[in-house]
Amino acid sequence: MRPVSNEKSDAGVVVLRAVDVWKSYDEGAIQVLRGVSFEAVKGQTVALCGASGCGKSTLLHLLGGLDEPDRGQVTVNSIEVKGMRKRHLLLRHEIGVVFQLHNLIADLTLEENCLIPTVAAGTDQKTARARLLELASLTGLSHRLDHRIQKLSGGERQRTAICRALMNRPKILIADEPTGSLDASTSGVVFELLLKMVASEGLTLVMATHDRSIAEQCDRLVEMRDGRIHESATG
Amino acid sequence: MIFLKLILTNLLRHRIRSFISIAGIAFSVAAMLTVVTILQGAIAMFSGILSSDSEIIVFERNVSDLFFSNVPAAAVKDIAEWPMVRNADPVLFGIVSSADHPIITCFGVTAGDARIRKATWVSGDRENFALHADDVVLGERAAEFLSATLGSAVQIGHGSFHVIGILKTANGFEDGGVFMPLTAAQSFFHKEGTSSVVTIKLRHKEDAAAFKSQVKARYGNLIALEDAEFTRTYSQFRILKATAWAVGGCGLLLGGLGVANTMIMSVFTRIREIAILRVNGFSDVQIGGMIFGESALVSVLGAGVGLLIGTCALFGLKLVPALHGYINADVQPAVVLIVVLLALLTGVAGALYPAVYAMRIRAVEALRFE
Repeated sequence: MRPVSNEKSDAGVVVLRAVDVWKSYDEGAIQVLRGVSFEAVKGQTVALCGASGCGKSTLLHLLGGLDEPDRGQVTVNSIEVKGMRKRHLLLRHEIGVVFQLHNLIADLTLEENCLIPTVAAGTDQKTARARLLELASLTGLSHRLDHRIQKLSGGERQRTAICRALMNRPKILIADEPTGSLDASTSGVVFELLLKMVASEGLTLVMATHDRSIAEQCDRLVEMRDGRIHESATG
Repeated sequence: MIFLKLILTNLLRHRIRSFISIAGIAFSVAAMLTVVTILQGAIAMFSGILSSDSEIIVFERNVSDLFFSNVPAAAVKDIAEWPMVRNADPVLFGIVSSADHPIITCFGVTAGDARIRKATWVSGDRENFALHADDVVLGERAAEFLSATLGSAVQIGHGSFHVIGILKTANGFEDGGVFMPLTAAQSFFHKEGTSSVVTIKLRHKEDAAAFKSQVKARYGNLIALEDAEFTRTYSQFRILKATAWAVGGCGLLLGGLGVANTMIMSVFTRIREIAILRVNGFSDVQIGGMIFGESALVSVLGAGVGLLIGTCALFGLKLVPALHGYINADVQPAVVLIVVLLALLTGVAGALYPAVYAMRIRAVEALRFE
C-alpha cells in the first residue's frame, strides 16, 4: 500500500480520488475513460450520470478497486489501488459494492448471502449475526432471513444486496445502477433506503444512475460523456 | 459454517456429477485396497511358509525365484552342525499339476520339518511321513479338490502317490499344497542332492549376524537373510508389491481425472459466483481453499466409501471356496492410511488447475459473464 499525500479538499477528507485516469478494453481498441479526474469526500453522496457506455461503470470499478487503470492514479483512503497486492482487503474492509443485478447466490438463503463478507473477513459468528440482525431490521428484511433468493421480490433482493455490502462496516459504498432493474416505485423505496443507510452508517456513496430524479437527490451530480467528466454540479 | 455451506452447496447443486466423482474415487480406492491387501496377504503367506519355526533363510545367491535356487545337501549338512544352529530344515519347492488343477505347490521336506511337526493332522499319523518314497501328505484343501482321502492314491504330474495324511493349516499355499519326503521330491523334480532353501532356527537369535557372516565366508554362492530382511528384499515380492501399487495407482489416477473434470466444470459453471465472492472480499487463498475443499470432500467421501467396498470385497473373496486360505482379509492400517492419503493427494492434484483458474478470475470481467 502506498499512501498518497494531499488527501484534503475544501469540503473535507477525500476518501476516493482518481487523477487523470485512462482505461481501455480490447488492447486499446475501445477507449472508455479519457483522462478522468474525480474525487469524493467523506460522507458525501455522488451520482454519476450519463448515457450508456459513457464510462460510469468503468470509473466505479476503478474507484472500487475492482479493476486497475491503464494510466493515472486511483486512491482509496489514501491508498493507491494500482499494483496493490492485497486488493481484496479494500473490498473486505473499506468498500461495499452494490450492482444493478443483485448478484446474490441463488442456492443460499438471504442470511447466508449477507454473511459472505464476514466469512471473507473472518468475523466471529456472534458479531456477524448481530450485525446481520441490525441491518435486516433497518432494511425491513428480518422476516425473510431464512428465505432463499428465488423467493424474494426484486426490491427485497436489492435490499439484501445493500445489506451484504454493508456487513463489514465499509466506509465507502459503490453502487452501479442500484435501482436500474427495478420498477419506478420500488426504485424510489430502494434509493430512499440506500440514502438512509448511508446517513446512518456515515458512508461515502458514489453511485451510477440513469435516473435523473434519483441523481438529483445526491450531494453532487457528475455528468459523464464519452469517457470524460463533462460537468460536476452540487445538489 | 458458510464457507463449508458454499462447498457443500456446489457439490449438492450437481448431485449426479458429484456422485460420479465420489464413485470414481471410491472404486479406485477399493481396487487399490483389494489388490494391495490380497498381494500383501499372499506375500505374508509365502513368507510364513519359509519362516515357520525359523529365523533365517539360506538360498542360492542371485536367483530371481526360489524355485530356481539350489542349496547342496553337503552345505545343509555342514550348516546343521554349526554350534549356533538348533535346526536346519531343507525345503524343496516344486510346482506339480493334476487333471483339473494345473498348479499345485509341492513341498519336499524332511520328517522333522516344522511344517510337518506343527500342522494339525486331520487324518493320518506324522510318524509315518517319509517312510516310503511314494507317500504324500496333502493340505486339507488339496485333498478336497483332488477328492483324496487317507489311503487313497492320487495322480500328481506323471506319478501316482499314496496319501498317508491330511493336514490343516491356516496358510493357503500349504493348505492347497502337497508335502513329499525330501528325497522323493528331489527325484520327482530331478534335483537330486539339492534343496531350494534351508530354514534355520538358531540357538540364540543374537547370533544371526555371525551366522550370516559365516555363510558368506564359507559359501560364496549362498546367501542367508533374516525373515523380515528376506520379505523386504526378495525380488519377487518387490515386483508383486510394486505391481499392486502400480495397478492401484492407475485406478486412482483415473479417479483423479474424474475429480479434475468435476472441479473444472465446477469452476467454469460458476465463474460469476466466484466473482461475487471476490467482490465481497474473498482472497485468492480463500477462493483456492474453497475449490480444494470441494475436491478434498469428494476425495474423503470417495475414500470412505472405497474402504467400505474394498473391505466387503475382501471378505466376499475370502468366502469363495476356491480362494479359501489364499485371501487374507486383514486390512493393514498402514495400507488404509496410504490409500486414503493417495486418494486425498489425487483429489488435491485434480483440483490444482481449477483452483488456479478460479484464483485468477477477475471480478469485473466475470460479472459481465452470463
